[in-house]
Amino acid sequence: MFKIVAKEKLSDVIYRTVVEAPKIARKRKAGQFVVVKIDEQGERIPLTISDADPEAGTISIVFQTVGYTTKQLSTLKVGDHILDIAGPMGHPTPVKNYGTVVSIGGGLGTALGRPITEALYKAGNHVIAIISARNKSLVMFEEEMRKISHELLIATDDGSAGFHGFPTQLLQKLIDEGRKIDLVVCVGPVPLMAAVSKVTKPYGLKTIVSLNPIMVDATGMCGACRVTVGGVTRFGCVDGPEFDGHQVDYDELMKRLKTYTEREQEMNQRFAGQFQEVKR
Amino acid sequence: MKDPTVCEEGHNLKQQKAPRQRMPEQDHHQRIKNFSEVPQGYTPELARLEASRCLQCKKPLCRAGCPVGIDIPAFIKLIAEGDYVGSARKLKEYNSLPAVCGRVCPQEDQCEKVCIVAKKFTSVAVGNLERFAADYERTNGAVSIPELPEPSGYKVAVVGSGPAGLSAAGELVKKGHEVVIFEALHKAGGVLVYGIPEFRLPKAIVESEIEYLKKLGVKIELNSVIGKMETVDELLGNGFDAVFVATGAGLPLFMGIPGENFCGVYSANEYLTRVNLMKAYDNGHVTPILKRKRIAVIGGGNVAMDAARTALRMGTEEVYIVYRRSRTEMPARIEEAKHGEEEGLRFHLLTNPVRILGDEKGWVKALECTKMELGEPDASGRRRPVPVPNSEFLLDVDCVIIAIGTSAHPLIPMTTPGVKVNPKGNIIADEKNGQTTQEGVFAGGDIVTGAATVILAMGAGKQSAQAIDEYVRKKRPARTSAHR
Repeated sequence: MFKIVAKEKLSDVIYRTVVEAPKIARKRKAGQFVVVKIDEQGERIPLTISDADPEAGTISIVFQTVGYTTKQLSTLKVGDHILDIAGPMGHPTPVKNYGTVVSIGGGLGTALGRPITEALYKAGNHVIAIISARNKSLVMFEEEMRKISHELLIATDDGSAGFHGFPTQLLQKLIDEGRKIDLVVCVGPVPLMAAVSKVTKPYGLKTIVSLNPIMVDATGMCGACRVTVGGVTRFGCVDGPEFDGHQVDYDELMKRLKTYTEREQEMNQRFAGQFQEVKR
Repeated sequence: MKDPTVCEEGHNLKQQKAPRQRMPEQDHHQRIKNFSEVPQGYTPELARLEASRCLQCKKPLCRAGCPVGIDIPAFIKLIAEGDYVGSARKLKEYNSLPAVCGRVCPQEDQCEKVCIVAKKFTSVAVGNLERFAADYERTNGAVSIPELPEPSGYKVAVVGSGPAGLSAAGELVKKGHEVVIFEALHKAGGVLVYGIPEFRLPKAIVESEIEYLKKLGVKIELNSVIGKMETVDELLGNGFDAVFVATGAGLPLFMGIPGENFCGVYSANEYLTRVNLMKAYDNGHVTPILKRKRIAVIGGGNVAMDAARTALRMGTEEVYIVYRRSRTEMPARIEEAKHGEEEGLRFHLLTNPVRILGDEKGWVKALECTKMELGEPDASGRRRPVPVPNSEFLLDVDCVIIAIGTSAHPLIPMTTPGVKVNPKGNIIADEKNGQTTQEGVFAGGDIVTGAATVILAMGAGKQSAQAIDEYVRKKRPARTSAHR
């Protein structure tokens, strides 16, 4: 049992939950995730560790309410328990001083990529952070990102904050200005990671993306998280979650992520209203 | 001339009166609608009748045929005498999980294969009797906790709670050691809970075996991925005197044919894990599973049968077994294939999948196969299947489950530099005692042998436990309990 010690609503659909998990907190590195199963009937879902406090023995998870389990998770209060948490899973980000790093986060991806950006910042890189969202109210972690970057750029689809347009346009601009970039890291929705990789590929600009395929055990046992990288099937859970952005078959990933859409709709209907009683 | 009805030991096989007693089974029309166990077990009357068929050989071949050398005539004799609990205890001297082995051991290739009675009639139903005794003991509340020795002061970590890990833990705790099992998943039992379906091995049985170990004092830490949360070397540095690695062969193999990543292609591990471990068949559980109309299961082993029979129970209209050799070479137990056939599985034998076809949205729409014929024997001694020219055809399916085998789990070797593996990724360990290339680290079960049987893994666990006991006692003088 893992006790929830803090909880915060970051937007209409995004929450941060802090959980006691001392062994994971001690071991976890940037880029890794945990598998969460809320209760006896629950499914196992992978969630990125967005931060950890080894002293306090806690990890924090930032998540968006998209399916049944994340909705259920959003209803748990401080003092409640999560039945099962396992991790830290996946390979940590290869952190070193690359030189100049552009870190791109889209929506929730900003929060999920934050520990990676922080680790690269601490490793002495010059960090240019680009955070993006559909509109101003969805721009996340601006203050946190400012602390761990040398330059912070914001892009919104509707222009309500920062640059009016996509983060890829800001990235293209940096490239066109002749900025020396040694690494691009992108965490966000699949179309964004695909678009960023498409921008950097012609320049041979090393690009790391963090993938979010469907998983069950997340220990390498089931293969639900198969992704094609460089024409070879890899397992997102044990070979990833980070891969060379130029090698990933994003089209396949998008399709595979829709495997259970029907079932999700059915669950949403069946449980519509069930989670509304709990506010906070 | 030698009388063929008299065996080498002089038993007159003509004296056999009763035929081999069949175990009552759930009707196949009914059972494909539920996940309850298929064979229903012997009644005491049937068990005694079956036990009376045993000739009590002086040099029992069955015993030599058993990977853990169970004194088979002795436990059968106790059943014949009506001492069912005594029989179960006799079994447990050799095998800590008789209720499991009585169900899933391939007896027809082991003890029953060499049974003298089979020379004239059919063999004594050793597996059925083993199951009967173990079930009797459990369901009659006769399971007793043996007297344990004084705590030895030594502490052993067991990585993985499958058959090898459970049997090692049971042996070690009975020698007085403090034992902690680390299990990566949220439930203990390994392949017994994620892989083997409920209708073949009820999970309540596995749970009661695990409860028994806990009563003996074994601690089980769930959600503990050794190699990630803590490494083997860290366990050794943090107070454990030895580590037994029993992480199994859990990594699913794929065929490498085009289309394997279409939606609707599962590894058997994934399909079975969703249904068995995550209980996707029960609508009250959240884990989703695809409900498709026509499923092809690729492979001819027990796991293929398990996946296919599970698919039938999930309401699939047509389930095909696609296997590249013939029925004779099929590695699945005869009983499993027979049960599957009764339940409506359709066999496409001498058929090799070459490509999975998908629609524009990335979903499986057909499986392209080639007909095969058997050529010369290959390295495995089985005749090698070779493609029949121009025999390609499409199998109309909307889901494919790949059950062609599994390989060693790489996490421990990857994170334990002292532990060496062979080219297949299996941990190199002494056959007799499980000693790996690193001092204090032992390994056994599928992680060493590659995918094998429950009984072999249990045997390895038991042997390693013996070696670990000797190792820790030699390594340093025992601490007294005051120091702990």
